[in-house]
Amino acid sequence: MTIINHIMLNPKRIKKDFPIFDKHPELVYLDSSATSLKPRPVIEKLLEYYTDYTANIHRGIYKNAEKSTQEYEDTRKVVAKFINAKRPEEIIFTRGTTEGINLAASTIGLDSIQKGDEVVVSRMEHHSNFVPWQQLAFQAGADFKVIELNESYELRVMSYESEKLIINLGGVVTKRTKILALTMVSNTLGTINPLKEIIAQAKKINPAIITVVDAAQAVPHMKVDVQDLGCDFLAFSGHKMLGPTGIGVLCGKYELLNKMSPYQYGGDMIRQVKIEETTFNDLPHKFEAGTPHIAGVIALKESIKYLEKIGFKNIREHEKNLTMYLAKALSYEFPNLIKCYGPRQIGHMGGIVSFTLKNLHPHDIAQILDEDNIAVRAGHHCTMPLHDFLGVPATTRASFYIYNDEDDVDKLIAGLKKTVKILK
Amino acid sequence: MSIYGDIILDHYHYPRNFKKLNKSSKKVHVDNPLCGDSIDLAINVKDDHVQDIAFQGQGCAISLASASLLTEYVKGKKISEVKNIDTDSVLKLLNIELSPNRIKCALLPWEAFMKLMTN
Repeated sequence: MTIINHIMLNPKRIKKDFPIFDKHPELVYLDSSATSLKPRPVIEKLLEYYTDYTANIHRGIYKNAEKSTQEYEDTRKVVAKFINAKRPEEIIFTRGTTEGINLAASTIGLDSIQKGDEVVVSRMEHHSNFVPWQQLAFQAGADFKVIELNESYELRVMSYESEKLIINLGGVVTKRTKILALTMVSNTLGTINPLKEIIAQAKKINPAIITVVDAAQAVPHMKVDVQDLGCDFLAFSGHKMLGPTGIGVLCGKYELLNKMSPYQYGGDMIRQVKIEETTFNDLPHKFEAGTPHIAGVIALKESIKYLEKIGFKNIREHEKNLTMYLAKALSYEFPNLIKCYGPRQIGHMGGIVSFTLKNLHPHDIAQILDEDNIAVRAGHHCTMPLHDFLGVPATTRASFYIYNDEDDVDKLIAGLKKTVKILK
Repeated sequence: MSIYGDIILDHYHYPRNFKKLNKSSKKVHVDNPLCGDSIDLAINVKDDHVQDIAFQGQGCAISLASASLLTEYVKGKKISEVKNIDTDSVLKLLNIELSPNRIKCALLPWEAFMKLMTN
């Protein structure tokens, strides 16, 4: 525990750590769900690898190669501790969440699914945790099942009885369900799903079920503990948590990873290659073929350090406050024009607010906001099945992170007023 | 500078040729699944001229204004004169600088018109 943990998060001070605000002091960045901004320590760490000890990993005997290998493998340990993996070998570095999920789908997924089995996802999944499973099910002749949502934009398998959470997977997850892939936090609705309880019940129904968690929108914003969750696989991206683009993590249970077939073949993932046969390397290297994004991995360590210094309790509290502030301002300023899509209870919401305003097209809204340097996302946010449910082709999304403050929300509201005025 | 200038806003608020063409000789539907925009374009050709043209659909201000401007431009003209209209000409009608992402919005009506001309 550092002292800073007890101090409320100060966005104005945090902003000073993000060089992009030196260049664009007027920037109102409300698109952190797409990618986060990068603080100086992360950028400097990238530079450090390229200027101080550029060398490939796991190969050279010379000093720089040893240094880069050590920095790379240190990061694996830091990540393992960060999400409470049992051992560092359970941490596979990938290009991002998408690759992590595809890795799982095309190895253990393909190996364990047969005709007549079931693959279950939810309607709120990002395409990256939807399409790989859908295609796998189609390929294998398995049933592709989708957990629908209720009117609170939460999974229909959950309900509350005098504030006690009840999970009922009956009918959705069965003994034939081989894979359950769910997001921890919806990138469009902000809904936080009670995955620990859902996974526990799914494992009761079928102890052999493989559970895959898309934690891309969770890991940057809240404490995630893979052992507490009880999941088999969990994927997330570095670039949404202050880290570099092109780097991500797939955390898998050691016993499963160990018996899985490789994902890609090539250098580093082999033990011995002969004309007659090839044997594969131990974990985690079996899943890291070729030269990885070394600088990116090394810099990821700095983003974790930075987030832990601020503390997830503070981050979560800060994002809750901003989300409530925005939700209130929207309903106050545009009482009959605004529709927000997300849970009603703040405890069930991440720092994401998607909305439609009047009959205005989200592209026009985003374009006019951009005139005042307000960056939001407009479109379907890679959740087309979800937008079918919402009944709109596109929404406008504002998402928060540690550098945002109430001034940003005020500017967004002012920008939206201007939009309504222009396009009235 | 705002791209929502007078011409765009005029055509967005008061789109020309935004109607149904009941006895159209040709109809086409195009959409952009990325943003959910869609346009139905219908045309009547008589004596090698665009006798009437109409559109309906949903979209952003840019794509609606573009459809309005394009239909206004081609109406009454000879087919040979408009059948090869290029993207630059359409963007000139809009008279604004668009980012690559928004050019797609602006050209959806043109795409529909090209389909009408080639089918």
